[in-house]
Amino acid sequence: MTPLAAGGGVNGVALTVLIVLFLIVTVAGFMATRFQRGDSLDTLDEWGLGGRKFGTWVTWFLLGGDLYTAYTFIAVPAAMFATGAVAGFFAVPYTIILYPIIFIFMARLWSVSHRHGYVTTADFVRGRYDDRGLSLAVAVTGFVATMPYIALQLVGIEAVLEVAGLGGGDNVLAQDLPLFVAFAVLAAFTYSSGLRAPAVIAFVKDTLIYLVIIVAIVYLPSQVGGWEGIFGAAKEKMATVNEATGKPTGAFIPGVGQGWAYATLALGSAMALFMYPHSVTASLSSGSRNTIRKNASILPAYSFVLGLLALLGWVAIAAKTNPVGLDGQPNPQLVVPQLFEDFFPDWFTGVAFAAIAIGALVPAAIMSIAAANTFTRNIYKEWLHKDATPAQEARVSKITSLVVKAFALGFVLTLDNQNAINFQLLGGIWILQTFPAVVFSLYTRWFHRYALLAGWAVGIVYGTVKAYQVINPATGKHFGGSLAEIPGLGDMGYIALTAFALNLLVAVVVSAVLNATKVSNGRDATRTSDYYADKDDPTVAHDLQRTNDLEAPPAR
Amino acid sequence: MGMSLGDDTSREPAHDRGAPPTDTGKMVAAGVLLAIPLIALMWVPSYAKETPKLFGFPFFFWYQFLWVFICSAMTWTAYRLTLSARKGDRK
Repeated sequence: MTPLAAGGGVNGVALTVLIVLFLIVTVAGFMATRFQRGDSLDTLDEWGLGGRKFGTWVTWFLLGGDLYTAYTFIAVPAAMFATGAVAGFFAVPYTIILYPIIFIFMARLWSVSHRHGYVTTADFVRGRYDDRGLSLAVAVTGFVATMPYIALQLVGIEAVLEVAGLGGGDNVLAQDLPLFVAFAVLAAFTYSSGLRAPAVIAFVKDTLIYLVIIVAIVYLPSQVGGWEGIFGAAKEKMATVNEATGKPTGAFIPGVGQGWAYATLALGSAMALFMYPHSVTASLSSGSRNTIRKNASILPAYSFVLGLLALLGWVAIAAKTNPVGLDGQPNPQLVVPQLFEDFFPDWFTGVAFAAIAIGALVPAAIMSIAAANTFTRNIYKEWLHKDATPAQEARVSKITSLVVKAFALGFVLTLDNQNAINFQLLGGIWILQTFPAVVFSLYTRWFHRYALLAGWAVGIVYGTVKAYQVINPATGKHFGGSLAEIPGLGDMGYIALTAFALNLLVAVVVSAVLNATKVSNGRDATRTSDYYADKDDPTVAHDLQRTNDLEAPPAR
Repeated sequence: MGMSLGDDTSREPAHDRGAPPTDTGKMVAAGVLLAIPLIALMWVPSYAKETPKLFGFPFFFWYQFLWVFICSAMTWTAYRLTLSARKGDRK
């Protein structure tokens, strides 16, 4: 059957509102950059480092704007809509347990980083073990793992443009037009303005998103038979047998044997998130050792909103939303934009679309900048060009941020786009393998640098192979999901966490051997008191002042 | 960047002061508070059920929404505990 594309024509009003809001925000971002400073953006510090000394509330906005992305309002509801609670609602426990986890180690990372001027996790590892190899592994992982995450943002922008009626046609180029438009805007935006514009726009973005979510959650359920009706419709859909697989469509709530999948997806994602370069940048930009801890108790407000957004996927089931792309194929990624278009007046649909598009643009810009910084600091300057001038560093960073986005575009074009949440989960598989080298090393040097490197390698290879072997039953493409059987347990689990367990096992065994045979574990540049230093410590104060002088925080 | 990693020793004190004095009991209490949400939410079979319902929400959903607030409160308490456990750690 070929359902009629609900968004078949161009929605002129919505598209106009979207473009106008988009332009206003973009221009505002550029102007903010210009007004704040007369200097050019020709140094890396100016282009790529956010202001520091951010207090609790600014950090709250920055982290929130940074962490809750197209993943939140496109991928999670789409997963709920398509396959139910295990694939989608795990995002709620994930973003709850996230905070106790970062509470524990982030203060130590903050202190040691400001004591030594580290701005990436690879910097810290380098200082802790004086080992370029391990540091390179951490840097490359951060760089590569960010790409699928940016890809997810592109999918988000693309979804909005597609429902608004942009793109389509029967040749490949025209079909992917929305994607290329999204890519071009993002690239131009980041290249010219660096981190300053996204920081300014983050406030606008959060306001727009809250407005849209509150209206949607208050208004929509009453239109489709209330929450009873919504859960009823979802339960019915999830129990229906899928023709492609011969199994039920999805899970209404995790059934017997699905508990592991749900729990490991949540735990693995939570442990992975603060290993990403962009999360580290945002955390380190807070003004004191304990700001991040205080934030850990107020950031869960976002988790509540995330849960409501996830349920929009089920509101769409009750509303019988029919997310069909311009190519005539059903595409769950379009479900939230389509839901808005079906139920709201065109002008508000435009506002909602703008919220989603800007909400994807900002984190994508921040992510690509953070990844580019990691490349410049830990790969280019460390390995390729030790004597690079600040201008050269800035240029490399800018070009790298373009390369990162080009690779992200490659991810979107080659991987299974129907299930964009897998982009985030694939990145999670990789980035989680840096966890032992970074987090465990904050507490101990018992782990040996070579053992950590060996564990990392095993985890990366195992995780990538396993993820490659997951085939989407509907499309037949590889990298079709991120769950695989947990060896020895029989139930399905998140590949990232299985790979992490293997990583840890290798690290422990090899460390025991190398420590027993007294192989050198490198020189430690840090000392115990570094891990407790706060803003009143002279060295930390100096570091905060240094970065602060370079750039007055744009959003205070 | 103009500085090399980990070599900025010019402003460091002559000797390592080590860890600041810590009230171990309070730190343990904070650790327990942080562990509880983790254990509760990882134990999926304990809440993967439909009843009792609340405002039309199956148990599975409202229970996890509830944990947003419980976890928030516990993290806040843990934050206050760590502040008072270490003199060196202040706001």
